[in-house]
Amino acid sequence: MSLISRKFAQLKAQNKKALIPFITAGDPIPEITVDLMHDLVSAGADLIELGVPFSDPMADGPVIQRASERALEYHVSLRDVLDMVTQFRQLDAETPVILMGYLNPIEVMGYEHFADQAANAGVDGLLIVDIPPEEGEELQRIFKANLIDQVFLVAPTSTPDRIQRICDVSGGFVYYVSVKGVTGAGHLDLKSVEHKLAEIRSRTDLPVGVGFGIKDAQTAAAVSRLADAVVVGSALVSRVEALADEPEKIGASLREVISSMRQAMDKVD
Amino acid sequence: MAITENIIGTLPDERGHFGPYGGLFVPETLMEPLEELRVAYQHYMADENFLRELDEDLANYVGRPSPIYHARRWSEQLGGAQIYLKREDLNHTGAHKVNNTVGQALLARHMGKRRIIAETGAGQHGVASATVAARLGLECVVYMGAVDIVRQEANVYRMRLLGAEVRAVESGSKTLKDALNEAMRDWVTNVDNTFYIIGTVAGPHPYPAMVRDFQSIIGREARTQMLHQAGRQPEALVACVGGGSNAIGLFYPYLDDQGVAIYGVEAAGNGLETGQHAAPLCAGKPGVLHGNRTYLMEDADGQIIETHSISAGLDYPGVGPEHAWLKDSGRANYVAVTDDQALAAFHDLTRIEGIIPALESSHALAYASQLATTMRPDQIILVNLSGRGDKDMHTVAAREGIRL
Repeated sequence: MSLISRKFAQLKAQNKKALIPFITAGDPIPEITVDLMHDLVSAGADLIELGVPFSDPMADGPVIQRASERALEYHVSLRDVLDMVTQFRQLDAETPVILMGYLNPIEVMGYEHFADQAANAGVDGLLIVDIPPEEGEELQRIFKANLIDQVFLVAPTSTPDRIQRICDVSGGFVYYVSVKGVTGAGHLDLKSVEHKLAEIRSRTDLPVGVGFGIKDAQTAAAVSRLADAVVVGSALVSRVEALADEPEKIGASLREVISSMRQAMDKVD
Repeated sequence: MAITENIIGTLPDERGHFGPYGGLFVPETLMEPLEELRVAYQHYMADENFLRELDEDLANYVGRPSPIYHARRWSEQLGGAQIYLKREDLNHTGAHKVNNTVGQALLARHMGKRRIIAETGAGQHGVASATVAARLGLECVVYMGAVDIVRQEANVYRMRLLGAEVRAVESGSKTLKDALNEAMRDWVTNVDNTFYIIGTVAGPHPYPAMVRDFQSIIGREARTQMLHQAGRQPEALVACVGGGSNAIGLFYPYLDDQGVAIYGVEAAGNGLETGQHAAPLCAGKPGVLHGNRTYLMEDADGQIIETHSISAGLDYPGVGPEHAWLKDSGRANYVAVTDDQALAAFHDLTRIEGIIPALESSHALAYASQLATTMRPDQIILVNLSGRGDKDMHTVAAREGIRL
């Protein structure tokens, strides 16, 4: 059983939902990323999604685009991100780490080499925004061989056939993108999320996470009533941005928002 | 690798692959809308009414067929092969771009989409999109890099006159690639009522095939016209390649004519050796960007790097996947000419033939003039003169220290 599956099983046994924060590796400076990851865990995160900076993040809204740009000013590469995970693993062997990003940096490193290096670093899952199951067969095979879960996205526009196909190949959990739009955008429509989650659950036993549009403790709690995991990205990254010139204050700021979400989610019965 | 089998009609495969290139590398939200588009496109390209409407628009609105002109004086001065020009510069709006926007806008209307979006670099595709949107009464939003907006003021004003909203893109390098990212983001958000008119043969399937098919009118006309005017087909075709839509439009109908050599001309900018260029086929390597796998300008970490060309329309770090395949298969040759070489050809054609070409097309002319001198006077080169140079007056003047 993968670390991700084990984590979800533990949470289920405790009757808790997973809180998954997203930050971009290297934002606003590479030196603090590993510390921030530990901060997130200490404040109540169950898994961590670590963004791999990319020059052309076409599925991301302005907040996460700018995070990529800040990191790229330091030329933070996929190799650097793997090094950060290695470093994180020295103190934390329990918290699953999922890399989120775009395909091209992986193409350049080479699928086999990347999967090998990622597994060595202690990466548990991969979420590649711009590779649907149709294009990813080779990558899926290689990740499987390296015991890395590849998490796929379901969108509001996904048809029942596509949902089935995605559920069949997804590993660890299935990620439902709750709004049509880019990260950080839009208004969460809980009714339609509930409807779509029912559709997904009818096709898989995998846990289902929901992301996009989760802005605060209140929306996190509301979504955790419906989903197995709540992913929060832009709400955190905008705090990083606000404190980009005072990076020593970022950890406390992220801890604050994560603990408030944690508390709100755990109150839900 | 020599190709002995026919190519036309065999590519892409049903999922949009040209060998290892092309495909559908997009966020999940776009998968179903792209499938809808593929189905609608396939349906309407077999629909007689749609095709009749398209033909009428191309004839009466665009002004097709565009003529082929024998550049006798220039050919004579070069002292080699005869150069013929396919005059896409004479189309409505002044470039080949409108062949595609007329087709896609018609498709948008038939699909019931009331809003169109487009990306633009030099502004030619933006103008061509705004033009057809005005004509069909569709809402139109054009994304354009903030840097390009400054470089191409006149086209920005033109689009606004036509009723389009031009949105400045401030992210990344603030040029064409970022405008494409932003248009994709808009599409993901407004996919229910919005049709995205991509201006080149790149992007996710079915765009590379669809744009090629709409642009292939160029090569189909040329085949007939060359027979009529020269009594035979040319020895060589030459076209400039940014994304590659005018080039594929000319090349595609000729792919199975083994006697016709094919040359795509990329922008070498300040020179390939300087790294300041826009020549992914000549100096890049394969990767994934904007929905397809193709040759890219990227660094060792897989980040897309900034390009340079005097011509905004060639200033793009990727290239259509079919060109990537044509390169690898050996059916087409890809070469590059510098800013200076393109400018020299710009002036030559202007002064010798009385035709002011776009800076994009000047790249094709520059290579054709080199190629001509290696060929005999009884041989023929057909160059795609993809656009007119009016939009480039400021750029050329500035290069000579003149402020207009």
